[in-house]
Amino acid sequence: MAYAAKRLVTMIPVLIFLSIIVFSLIHLIPGNPAQVILGQDASPSSIRALEMQLGLNLPLPEQYLSWLGGILHGNLGRSLLDNQPVSQLILQSLPVTAELAVGTIIVAIAIAFPLGILAAVYRDRWADAVTLFVSTIGISVPPFWLGMIFLIEFTVRVHWFPSSGYEPLWSHPLRNLSVMTLPILATGFREAGVLLRMLRASLLDVLDQDFIRTARAKGISGWKVIFHHATKNALIPVITTGGLQIAGLLGGIVITETIFSLPGFGSLLVESVFSRDYTTIQGTALVAALAVVVVNLLVDITYGLVDPRMRK
Amino acid sequence: MHPNETGSVVGIVSPQPLRVRIGWEDIRKRFSLYVGGVMVVFVLLGALFAPFFTPYSPIQQNYSAVLQGVSMAHWLGTDNLGRDTFTRLLFGARTSMEVTIGSALLGVVVGVPIGLLSGFYQGWFDDLILMRIIDALQAFPFLILALVLAAMLGPGIRNAAIAIGIGYIPIFVRTVRGQVLKEKNKEYIEAARMTGCRSSRLMIVHLLPNIMTPLLVQITLAIANGIVTEASLGYLGLSAQPPTASWGSMLQVAQGYISTDPLMAIAPGLAIVFAVLGFNLLGDGLQSRLNKRQV
Repeated sequence: MAYAAKRLVTMIPVLIFLSIIVFSLIHLIPGNPAQVILGQDASPSSIRALEMQLGLNLPLPEQYLSWLGGILHGNLGRSLLDNQPVSQLILQSLPVTAELAVGTIIVAIAIAFPLGILAAVYRDRWADAVTLFVSTIGISVPPFWLGMIFLIEFTVRVHWFPSSGYEPLWSHPLRNLSVMTLPILATGFREAGVLLRMLRASLLDVLDQDFIRTARAKGISGWKVIFHHATKNALIPVITTGGLQIAGLLGGIVITETIFSLPGFGSLLVESVFSRDYTTIQGTALVAALAVVVVNLLVDITYGLVDPRMRK
Repeated sequence: MHPNETGSVVGIVSPQPLRVRIGWEDIRKRFSLYVGGVMVVFVLLGALFAPFFTPYSPIQQNYSAVLQGVSMAHWLGTDNLGRDTFTRLLFGARTSMEVTIGSALLGVVVGVPIGLLSGFYQGWFDDLILMRIIDALQAFPFLILALVLAAMLGPGIRNAAIAIGIGYIPIFVRTVRGQVLKEKNKEYIEAARMTGCRSSRLMIVHLLPNIMTPLLVQITLAIANGIVTEASLGYLGLSAQPPTASWGSMLQVAQGYISTDPLMAIAPGLAIVFAVLGFNLLGDGLQSRLNKRQV
């Protein structure tokens, strides 16, 4: 518990700086933000009204504190587009993105585990070289372009999958899965490439250690050593660094959602960029960063609890 | 050469391999380095000398040659405004390299001095403030940070480069700082210090050259990531503005024609994959050479 508490305390400065970064975003807009948001022809009175609404008329530290106060109460402000609470817009979009993320992780694991183990076991042989080269191609293909190629092939040429028309998983499971399959595969391949490389490197480290030699010397069969002894130990660093990878995953999802017109977090961000809805942009950026921080914190704490060596 | 390489041979004799053979690993390492290097050179040459490789203009519209397929005159066909796709790919490479190399420069110019100083002096400011700011910046998914910054700064090549470059800063700070922490207690630094070397000279003359290779690896891999990010920004209309050619904006236009002219979407994507793969392979190749040297 002490470990978890210590880990939480170190988070505090990070969260403070995170909030300052997100708060500062709106001040990056060249010129007067309210003027930019409302356009050239806006009357001075409407500009002043918007400044009041956004709190831009207050001195900077006061602006920050009142904004932060709102955040701490779960108030991310209101969309400049349709005056809806930003927190509500984000909450509505999260299930789509969560499903896409979970699906992506499943696809990535399904591809990366067998191939990563194969590459590590046949280290320096052709299977290793081919696997690594393929994974390098995997991480070099932008997910959103792969998504476009899938659309060309599987929805335009052969009509296997619909190109749009998202429905929630619980109410229309079949429709949902047929719409989600292509985007999940598009983002999954890249993540598989990343995961495969991490798993291979970690396995190679473990396979060089003494306890593996001991296990082999005791006469345990080759594959049993790989699965029971090596893979289990190789997973710890993979999951900790995999936690950091969640940021890359979120980034990859953003434009893929746009390509497949999925009403998720990424589409919300992109739409708010297009419509210059600065409060929604701020809100989504904050939630994305917080998600990454929380996932990494959970990964760390879980491992601290499971593996005493991690508590140092 | 590494200053302490000569000293470290004493007493340590590496075991001779029983038989000499060139393993797949060797071939793979060289393969990454050379193939990646050649691909990168291709991209850079295409970007630098784009006008010399094509008789067409990347922006001149030609309504008598709209949406043509592959032909001798137009190797990769033409787009919806009759512009030669191959030509636009070349000039797109120029945009992509302008943005990513510009952003890498920004990342290096800001990130390297910060990393050097923070690793060299450490202390509470480094631990409580600087590294926590870096943590906070890195909590933002790279693409989302670039996207949000570009949205705030406004579209354009320069702003796209700034947006991506800010994302590079924490990466370079961390790389440099980590390397400085590893190197600064080594004997050659100690020796230089003994001779009365000032801290600034220690950092610039002694430390910096010895952390160049890991930094170079990181820059190469960062550029690979930056190419995808620039394409994403371009796709959303936040990088180069029309009529300037950019791979991302070509993809965006192509999306409207995927049922009739899929080549319009395939070609720029392949260009992106080619460039990114080149930089990734080059980075991998450099990395494995580096590991070999450190072992």
